[in-house]
Amino acid sequence: MPGLEDLYREIILDHYRSPRNRGELPAPPATKTEGFNPLCGDEIVVYVDVVDGTVADIRIDGQGCSISQSSASMMSSAVKGKTLAEVGDLTRAFKAMMSIHESSLGGEATAGEAAADGEALEAPEGVKLGDLEALQGVVKFPVRIKCATLSWNTLAQALDEATAGTE
Amino acid sequence: MSTTDTTADVLDVAAIRRDFPILEQEVHGKRLVFLDSAASAQKPRSVIEAMSEFAENDYANIHRGVYSLAERATARYEEARVAVARFIGAPSAAEVIFTKNATEGLNLVAGSWGRANLGPGDAVVLTQMEHHANIVPWFQLQQEKGFEIRWIPVGPDHMLDLSDLDRLLDGAKLVGLTAMSNVLGTLTPVREIADAAHAAGALVCVDACQYVPHVPTDVVAMGADFAAFSGHKMVGPTGIGVLWGRGELLDAMPPFMGGGGMILTVDLQGFTPDAPPAKFEAGTPPIIEAIGLHAAIDYLNALGMDAVRAHEVSLTAYALRALTERVGDRLTIHGPSEPAQRGGVLSLAIDDVHPHDLAQVMDEHAVCVRPGHHCAKPLMKVLGVGATARASLYVYNDTDDVDALAVALADAADFFAP
Repeated sequence: MPGLEDLYREIILDHYRSPRNRGELPAPPATKTEGFNPLCGDEIVVYVDVVDGTVADIRIDGQGCSISQSSASMMSSAVKGKTLAEVGDLTRAFKAMMSIHESSLGGEATAGEAAADGEALEAPEGVKLGDLEALQGVVKFPVRIKCATLSWNTLAQALDEATAGTE
Repeated sequence: MSTTDTTADVLDVAAIRRDFPILEQEVHGKRLVFLDSAASAQKPRSVIEAMSEFAENDYANIHRGVYSLAERATARYEEARVAVARFIGAPSAAEVIFTKNATEGLNLVAGSWGRANLGPGDAVVLTQMEHHANIVPWFQLQQEKGFEIRWIPVGPDHMLDLSDLDRLLDGAKLVGLTAMSNVLGTLTPVREIADAAHAAGALVCVDACQYVPHVPTDVVAMGADFAAFSGHKMVGPTGIGVLWGRGELLDAMPPFMGGGGMILTVDLQGFTPDAPPAKFEAGTPPIIEAIGLHAAIDYLNALGMDAVRAHEVSLTAYALRALTERVGDRLTIHGPSEPAQRGGVLSLAIDDVHPHDLAQVMDEHAVCVRPGHHCAKPLMKVLGVGATARASLYVYNDTDDVDALAVALADAADFFAP
């Protein structure tokens, strides 16, 4: 049985207590996208400003548990200033880390993010997740995976909307 | 019997716990503390055994076969209906419709009575503390029929605010309300609202899902026209619920679902529906589950519903006191402060700690509570929160469980303390 220390790493609690890039951006020009976790009621609002194919600025609003809020905070730090291609690689790497592999659960196969999204969750090579790796322990608590991926799914949707509007 | 004495329990909880096999296990090396009965209750051995005994000896499809096994199964199924009718004070067993759960019962009222009787210019009055099951079916029908939906507000004391009731009821055709909030535990004044509704010409549809398992119920004395509840919250199985409705209303309503079992006759031109309850029980019903629900009712009757209610009032009073003492000012317990005005549903909040995180740490103590919006998002908005951690009490819970809850809650609060 995984312990709480696997889930609530110090850096996660730090981002939860002192969230980075918290707030709003004027939209437009920024894109505002809301994400919901219907199971627990968590809501996240991602404001993203895409300039010349780069995430020029990002803000996070909404409310949720320590896992969803810290994941959003770390995500905002990780993607700010990155090109859309780099953000895409980061997103794939993060989702791959969050996908449930049978081996990691000692044979207890569980319907997780992989099944839900129907995506091939292969991590792109050479992508450094940095602080985000602290969220790896979430995989051992399958019901919390959706908390960790909420902000990333919302960002992906926001970027789709942002680029659809500019092309 | 005293409802305020917290030292002597009117139920022999130690003996009750032995009736529930699932409570014998340990989780994380600790005694399982199950405090999520408002979501679904555990099952006593008598319910589990009644269902397997029936499946082993008396099972067949009902109402059609003329062989003795089918007759036995039919008799057992209809005996369950009679037991339900007696348990809730229904004047006739024919007014008891077996459904999948309370949600289906409420959808039946909206989809059958509502579709036949509501239109532009009409109003349906709901309360802000409804479960989504008593909200969404009315929104769905509203899209089709274009009536107005009005809301009885929740006051700062977490009781319904009836100060504007007369205006809300003006032109209303139906009031849908919960008898006990699944988030706040609030017992609503169903009779008072029903009297006002009837005077205004409106029917009353009661979501009794949290009420019937915990409080002696008489649907007629309550003033209800419809009442829906689920078997699985009252130590019965999943897959069966009940909609009770007044006979003349059910007689006049069109069928909800079409299929086998609900017709008098069918030819190539059309069909003629059967009388209630068959009219509303299309397809093979939950037969084994009805036997289980009957056993659940027998179990609760043996305890005595007055005793069940008294036990929960005293345990709730103990919990309100013990949790506040142990956890202190950081703790908010949503809902009425007076145990007599509420059921044993405790929606807990700790300053600056998300309920999801609270519940995760509490699981380490083998304490099962439910974090989330409890399918009552409009109420969450009224409370100004996104979610709560809900602990709910039932017949197998005792002061040891409440003490374990208090320890786990204090530990969770400390874990996330800034």
